[in-house]
Amino acid sequence: MRIGVDVGGTNTDAVLMDGRLVKASHKSPTSPDISGGIVDAIGKVLEASGTAPEAIKAVMIGTTQFTNAFVERRGLLPVGVLRLALPAARGVLPMTDWPADLAEVVGGHVHMVKGGYEFDARPISPLDERAVARAAREFRRRGVRAVAVCGVFSPIKADMEERAAEIAQEEMPEVSVTLSSRIGRLGLIERENAAIMNAALMDLSARVISSFRVALSELRVAAPFYISQNDGTLMTAEFAEKYPVLTFASGPTNSMRGAAYLSGMADALVADIGGTTTDIGMLVKGFPRESAVTVDIGGVRTNFRMPDIVSIGLGGGSLVASQPVRVGPQSVGARLTTTALAFGGDTLTATDIAVAAGFADLGERRGVAQLPESLVGSAVGQIHSMIEEGIDRIKTNAGPAPLILVGGGTILVNRRLAGVSEGLVPERAGVANAIGASIAQVGGEIDKVYSYEKLSRKKAIDAAERRAVRMAVEAGAKEDTVEIVDFDEVPLSYVPGNTVRLRVKAAGELAEC
Amino acid sequence: MLEPLKQARREALRIGPENLKDLAQGAAFLGTGGGGDPYIGRLIAENAVREFGMPEVVSVDELDDEAMVFTAAMVGAPTVMVEKCASGDDIDLCIERLSEILGRRPDAITPAEIGGGNSMLPIVAAARLGLPLVNCDGMGRAFPEIQMVTFSIYGVSATPAVIVNEHLETVVVETDDPKRAENLIRAAAIQMGLSVMFSGYAMSGRQIKAAGVRDTLSAALDIGQIIRSGQTQGDPVEALLEYLRTTEYYRHCKTLIDGKVVDLSRKTEGGWAVGHCEIRSIADPDDSLTINFRNECLAARQNGRLLVLVPDLLCIVDSETAQPITVETLRYGQRVKAIGVSAPPLLRAPEALAVVGPEQFGIDEPFQPIEEIHDDI
Repeated sequence: MRIGVDVGGTNTDAVLMDGRLVKASHKSPTSPDISGGIVDAIGKVLEASGTAPEAIKAVMIGTTQFTNAFVERRGLLPVGVLRLALPAARGVLPMTDWPADLAEVVGGHVHMVKGGYEFDARPISPLDERAVARAAREFRRRGVRAVAVCGVFSPIKADMEERAAEIAQEEMPEVSVTLSSRIGRLGLIERENAAIMNAALMDLSARVISSFRVALSELRVAAPFYISQNDGTLMTAEFAEKYPVLTFASGPTNSMRGAAYLSGMADALVADIGGTTTDIGMLVKGFPRESAVTVDIGGVRTNFRMPDIVSIGLGGGSLVASQPVRVGPQSVGARLTTTALAFGGDTLTATDIAVAAGFADLGERRGVAQLPESLVGSAVGQIHSMIEEGIDRIKTNAGPAPLILVGGGTILVNRRLAGVSEGLVPERAGVANAIGASIAQVGGEIDKVYSYEKLSRKKAIDAAERRAVRMAVEAGAKEDTVEIVDFDEVPLSYVPGNTVRLRVKAAGELAEC
Repeated sequence: MLEPLKQARREALRIGPENLKDLAQGAAFLGTGGGGDPYIGRLIAENAVREFGMPEVVSVDELDDEAMVFTAAMVGAPTVMVEKCASGDDIDLCIERLSEILGRRPDAITPAEIGGGNSMLPIVAAARLGLPLVNCDGMGRAFPEIQMVTFSIYGVSATPAVIVNEHLETVVVETDDPKRAENLIRAAAIQMGLSVMFSGYAMSGRQIKAAGVRDTLSAALDIGQIIRSGQTQGDPVEALLEYLRTTEYYRHCKTLIDGKVVDLSRKTEGGWAVGHCEIRSIADPDDSLTINFRNECLAARQNGRLLVLVPDLLCIVDSETAQPITVETLRYGQRVKAIGVSAPPLLRAPEALAVVGPEQFGIDEPFQPIEEIHDDI
């Protein structure tokens, strides 16, 4: 049996899973120390199902703690930035485009040294090892405890980044070093930003991961635990402690993966209707489709693997204005159960519309009895057309697709939606997030440039796929369950030799359970 | 009499950190779907301007007839540029070598291509060398090859041209034929790491007055500002069109369709991103527009009827924000508006059409100005 946990800003949800069966679920408030809420939520599901802690084989945790820390600029370390590039890339200094307040917290310690690669993996210059050592000593002298290393074209060849990390570690053994090649894609600035952000989170990640450990040991759960990452796959706690940035988008990913699991569908639209917003995404082979554009986090440009999500200002708590009829984007949020008409309050919300229209039996029908039919009718129409528009924007082709509804606001939808072949609300749709975490797979991904003149297209793709599969197995996946879940082939303009960039992702079930 | 006025205009236009974002936005619009993302270019310019100060901008008319003007640009592959950025002294050396060859230093730097990433490099060069930047370029938009500029169309030699990489390795190209210059430079750039600085098209003040597309730097800046302010004030696309109608070249313009991308095909042919996309109207689902592109958007047709043809500009923007969308970032389902805009007259003359006309992009149709195709412009 295994446990899935979602540590959100407001609630900590836990589910107990036995194979494909959800045995128990529980929602607790997130506690300031994080571990308290986890202990409470997991404790409740163990108790409710009469399960002994020893029976738990694995715990999967999804969390938005690191995203929030960056957005709120709290718990961040100053970072030593080491760029392996000279004589290239001097034209843009690291952190040029960062918001000033964030740059001040994190920045100011930058060294550029000789190194880096060309697009075809020839070195730009040999790595200047002495300069790396000098930079590391300088970082140490300044009391910097986290270092980010970023080399030109390191996703194509990471040897220099690895060597630079070794040298830095020799000079300052206590430091944690982030390599950009481990977390980012092509695009020096975006990848470097990701590495710096990751390094800045080193203290917090040690604290958060250790609070997870404390919670589990308090519960006497000895099983290994995993953290879910942006693309819906898992990483070990040890890995997550080193690469906390990889959790930045795990929230929407987990809810979509949970929806796939609960509905049994691998290719479908998902709408997660919350209190304030609805996130609409697209499942492809059971995974969220990724965004092709760059994503800003806390004002910093990155190129992480993020799900492609359309977020619209519609939720159960959305305010409804009557003249003219307008739903959202303002919301009463968590105050729904005290301020909405159906709950004895005086505010007209989207939930009241659903109750008045007879979609749901919630609160008191009396509270909404006075609403004019025309108002209810046109608000219902607007709610459905808002979701239809979001669906239309996220779809990759014109044909109708199935839609899975999850989250607390699913009662808002009661009609057929344009572009949707069938709509369904699975059981336990409210804890889809924690379920998504519990069923996450282990993955491996490569992003490399190949020349089809040097290697035939077929051989290049085979090589890339084999490598991705091997990475998934190394990360803990059962070999016979590993599949290629994503494949992307992008021709590079102006580059000779029929050169393409291949991105392949493989994922499989966790070996232990 | 004229001197104080010139002074006032100089003060009115300086490129600094606060307007680089607007300039990049406007340049992306004039990139007509190609020209490369100005993001990295903007960061390089921002670093240069912070370190060396803001370059002053001069109009073409302010240049002495005998003044010497160089272009500055980046040549290579966009994918490589986003890794290697630029260095700074490579740009300096490029200008220095060309000065040595010609026995004369430049008095000003001019952009060659205002559309896309190459709007930014001249700012870097001007800032670093302390030279004025000319409010002008050689395209008034973006084109994919070095010879596709008004400078060469109207008699300025592309060479001697110098390219320099980050190792400060230098290649000098001399040839009579601008297309050969393009081919030689491309070939050398591959060996040099596919992200090199270029300077060439050395010309006199007299020549640039005849061959330059004037006031495009300030136009790009204005376009960026209009889009930004339009976003907070309501309808940025309408604001943009209203502005374009006040300009000398871009005044024949119109929204061709407001719709959604329903079909998209892209592939590489000979190093170009080639393909087409179909935009279906929101108002009338039977109405759709097909756009052909080869790096840049080239032609728009509605149910087979031609609406815009290169060298006139064809730009795709986000329906709501007017954010320019490049061919590389086009996606199925995007809500977009396609905007057709008249090209500067220097690009529409017969000698220009022989270099940047439809035929050069494999389109077997004669050029027709947008204002002649549409009665309502």
